[in-house]
Amino acid sequence: MSEVRDDRQYTETHEWILDNGDGTFTMGVTDHAQALLGDMVFVEVPSVGDEASHEDEFCVVESVKAASGVYAPADLEVIEANEALDDEPELVNSSCYDDGWLVKFKADNIEDLMSAEDYAETLD
Amino acid sequence: MKQTPLYQAHVDAGGKMVDFGGWEMPLNYSSQIEEHHQVRTDAGMFDVSHMTTVDFKGTDAKVFLQTLIANDVAKLTTSGKALYSCMLNENGGVVDDLIVYYLSDEDYRMVINAGTTEKDIAWINAKAEDFDVTVEPKFDLAMIAVQGPNARAKVFEAMPGVEEVAGELKPFNAASLGGLFIARTGYTGEDGFEIMLPEKSAEFTWKMLLEAGVKPCGLGARDTLRLEAGMSLYGSEMNDEVSPLEAALTWTVDLNNEDRRFIGRDALEALKGNGVKKTIVGLVLDGKGVIRDHQKVVTSLGDGEVTSGSFSPTMGKAIALASVPMGVTGSCEIEMRNKLVSAKIVKPPFVRNGKVLV
Repeated sequence: MSEVRDDRQYTETHEWILDNGDGTFTMGVTDHAQALLGDMVFVEVPSVGDEASHEDEFCVVESVKAASGVYAPADLEVIEANEALDDEPELVNSSCYDDGWLVKFKADNIEDLMSAEDYAETLD
Repeated sequence: MKQTPLYQAHVDAGGKMVDFGGWEMPLNYSSQIEEHHQVRTDAGMFDVSHMTTVDFKGTDAKVFLQTLIANDVAKLTTSGKALYSCMLNENGGVVDDLIVYYLSDEDYRMVINAGTTEKDIAWINAKAEDFDVTVEPKFDLAMIAVQGPNARAKVFEAMPGVEEVAGELKPFNAASLGGLFIARTGYTGEDGFEIMLPEKSAEFTWKMLLEAGVKPCGLGARDTLRLEAGMSLYGSEMNDEVSPLEAALTWTVDLNNEDRRFIGRDALEALKGNGVKKTIVGLVLDGKGVIRDHQKVVTSLGDGEVTSGSFSPTMGKAIALASVPMGVTGSCEIEMRNKLVSAKIVKPPFVRNGKVLV
C-alpha cells in the first residue's frame, strides 16, 4: 500500500504539495509514483529563480525504467532546489515525502489540488 | 497468463510480477539496482524457466543442426560443450538466437527464447521433416540461472553432489547429474551456472540457494546486466528482418565449410557481396539522462536507432546498444526528450567480470 500523508495536497499526476504557510510551497513526487517508477538514477531540478507556468514540465525524475516529467501546479518561481538529489537521486525512493523533496517555490494561488483523502481514493 | 514452477516463491519473496510475453515473471523484488550489484559482486539467481529446452535425437541430429543454424555444430566434439548461434530464415533474418549443447552426434540439447518458442518449434518441425531426427521440447523442465563471482561456490554449498560433476566444468560447458543439467553459462557477463532441473525440484532448489545466500533477482536486473555485458536480446538487436551480419554477430556465423548450405546462407553471402550497411555498436552517455529504446541516433554517416538503452548501475551512466551505419566511430548524438545529446561510440562489452572495459 502506498503512503499518503494528511499534511499536504496532491495532483492527479502524482505530485505532492506542502503549504509552508508563508506563501511558499514544497513539492515532490508521491510514494505511489516512486514505487511505480522504481530505482531513480537522475533527477533534473530547475535553478533558483526560474519561473514556470502552470502545467509546464519543470523537473524530470528518471528511473532505470522510465523518465517522468513533473509539472508546475501553478504559475510559480523556484526559490530552492534539492541539490542533494544530484548525488543521491535514490532519496526520492527512500524518502519521497521528506529528504527526497524536489523544489520549493513561491506562488500566489494553487487551484485544483486534491486532499489526501481524495488522492488516496484515486489509487484504489 | 503462464506461471513457472517458482511463481509462488517469487510472490512470497515480494516479487513485483509483470506480464513478460505471456508469462507472469518478477521484474524486481526490491531495488533493481541492488539486485544488479548483487550479481556483479556476489551471487544472484534468476528464474528463467520460461525459456524452452528442446532435445534433438536421432542419426541425423548432427546434419540437421548443421542445416538449421548458422554456427557449425561440427565444432562440438566433447560432451557438454555449448555453442551460441542464430537460427536464420531464408532471407538471412534471425528466427531466434539460441545455445546448443553437444551430448553425442545423435543427441543435442538446445535452449531457445520464451517469446519465440511457438514460432521456433513450428519452424524447426517444418525443417526437420526430411531428417531422421526427433524434436522434443521439454516443457517440464525448470531453469535457474545463478550468476556472480561467488555463484559457483554457493551452488556447491546449496546443492550436495553438484561439485563432483560440475566443479571442473570450463566456461561454456555442461554436465548432468540425474535429472539435473548444469551449464557454466549465463547472460550477465559474470561467472556462474544455468541449471535445468525437473519442475517438481525447482522450489526446493530455489530455497536451498536462498539458504546459501543467493539473492533472487528479477528481469529488470537481468536486462541491465546483459546490456552491460554487451549481449544481444532477441527482438531488440536482431529479429526476423535483421541478419547476424548486421547485428555484430558475424562471429556466430560459420561460413568455413563451403558444403554446409545452412538455411539463410545464400542470403548472407549475397549480403556480404553487396556490402553490409549497418551494425550494432555500444554508446556511453557522459551527461545526465538515460538512453531509451528506439531513440534516434545521429552520426556522420547517417541516422541509426537505439536498440537497447538503459542505465548502467556499474558505470553510473546511461549506456546503449544501437544500430548505426557500418563504419561509424568516435561520437554521435542521440535525440533524447527533444534534445540532441552527445554520446561516445564504444565496442561492447561495457562490463565483464565486475570490471568496466570501456
